[in-house]
Amino acid sequence: MLEILELLQNNSRLTAKQIATMTGREEEEVRQVIERLEADKTIIKYFTLINWEKAGVEKVSALIEVKMSPQRDVGFDAVAERIYRFPEVKSVHLMSGAYDLAVFVEGATMKEVALFVATKLATIENVLSTATHFVLKTYKQDGFIFEDCETDKRLVITP
Amino acid sequence: MSTNKWKNYINPVVRDIPPSGIRRFFDLAAEMEGIISLGVGEPDFVTPWHIREACIYSLHKGSTTYTSNHGLLELREEIANYLSGQGVRYDPRKELLVTVGVSEALDLALRTVVSPGDEVIIPTPCYVSYIPCTTLAGGVPVTVATSMEDRFRLTADKLEAVITPKSKVLLLCFPNNPTGAVMDRESLLQIAEVVQKHDLLVISDEIYDRLTYTGEHTCFASLPGMWERTIVLNGFSKAYAMTGWRLGYAAAHEDFIAAMTKIHQYTMLCAPITAQVSALEALRNGKSAMESMVAHYNRRRRLVLQGFKEIGLPCFEPGGAFYAFPYIGDTGLTAAEFAENLLLEEKVAVIPGDVFGPGGEDCIRCSYASSVEDLTEAIKRMGRFIKTRGLDKVKRIYA
Repeated sequence: MLEILELLQNNSRLTAKQIATMTGREEEEVRQVIERLEADKTIIKYFTLINWEKAGVEKVSALIEVKMSPQRDVGFDAVAERIYRFPEVKSVHLMSGAYDLAVFVEGATMKEVALFVATKLATIENVLSTATHFVLKTYKQDGFIFEDCETDKRLVITP
Repeated sequence: MSTNKWKNYINPVVRDIPPSGIRRFFDLAAEMEGIISLGVGEPDFVTPWHIREACIYSLHKGSTTYTSNHGLLELREEIANYLSGQGVRYDPRKELLVTVGVSEALDLALRTVVSPGDEVIIPTPCYVSYIPCTTLAGGVPVTVATSMEDRFRLTADKLEAVITPKSKVLLLCFPNNPTGAVMDRESLLQIAEVVQKHDLLVISDEIYDRLTYTGEHTCFASLPGMWERTIVLNGFSKAYAMTGWRLGYAAAHEDFIAAMTKIHQYTMLCAPITAQVSALEALRNGKSAMESMVAHYNRRRRLVLQGFKEIGLPCFEPGGAFYAFPYIGDTGLTAAEFAENLLLEEKVAVIPGDVFGPGGEDCIRCSYASSVEDLTEAIKRMGRFIKTRGLDKVKRIYA
């Protein structure tokens, strides 16, 4: 099962047949495993990693450090939910260290992102402070290097 | 002055060695664009970053000197440690020699044990250097063709059949390039018996040892009675994707290592320190990266085998290395014709099996050290090639 997940994480377009061949299993077995993993939400979503800059789309993203005070019974979870429900928010992680939540926000312009933080995030009850860091360039994401110069340099034929 | 004159100045032994069959094919393929090559005998992975990073750090620190002829002691200790995991013990001070790739180690081993006229038994198909290196060492190469029926393993019968009073060395390479064949412990024990009976030495090139997918690799020296008469050759090129670093080693009885070191110290002095430092990092911390690459090869191996099956190309299941060696005899083409026409018509490069010696005539070597996408596309094109071509369209390039 782990091997199937690993293969799909790397390339979600692999078919059950391909995975079955590569892992030495039966196609039907792989299909059933994948269906089960999808049903129990182990596999949450198949998506595509896109270099938007290359597609000519200007997107602004920022890491927002959020400090907040935890609430009785629910800790940070309730505030985190109020934040991650916003579609502008792309990812949210509870962190150890100097701040509590690492929130990645995406918008069309810096102003839009800044306004979102000022009006939506900073104003949430229990949010003590925010610090916004704009992303200038993405080198690597989800394990993949965006502009990888390490192409196949091997000779065409070698013994 | 005519160039012919100078040909007469060339040592006849060197002059008479035929150029590698792979070379002609390389020239043809190198001119073409957009080809998918299954003709590459090296990993498609770049050396893992932690190894490269360790190399950069060593350069920053100024590690740019010669090392001892034998190689860095720390490295030899790690190699000894690695080999002990295969059930063979070597004293890192006297029984190990770090070389410039297995290629140098093979040359040293042959030159050390072969006297003029000694016969070196070479199971084929084999790596392209075995036969010429034997000749250059003054030996007489005696080939034993393995066959698909035997899953390209050397059998005791076949070995016994070529033994003469002049037989001195058996040169083994399992997992094998080009066939991908592996030999299990049982089959090797039968070979060891013949070796013992006829008092042969064994040079065992085990460069693909980590790339074994069916069962466990057996180091030839680990078999009863074989340690003393075996020179084990291994290196870093395949398991750690370090081909260009040129680093290998030989492990053997101290008498062999001492003699090999004499040649090595006068011809090579030592292997490059930069590569040695990197190899040390590979052995110490490279296990997980190596295992991940091996897992990739194994998946591709299955993918390629299934692909060949679907397009109707018979292929025995290779248990090691990263080569498949399908049989193309049913197409009515020779291996060279098949490979050339496949290249010209479908832009897929494979290597005709005959360049690896007797036994490979009706096969082609396909390296699966390529991306899943490339392998899938290459097999699709091969399928189209087999299905659509008429034999009258054969364009012979080799006269």
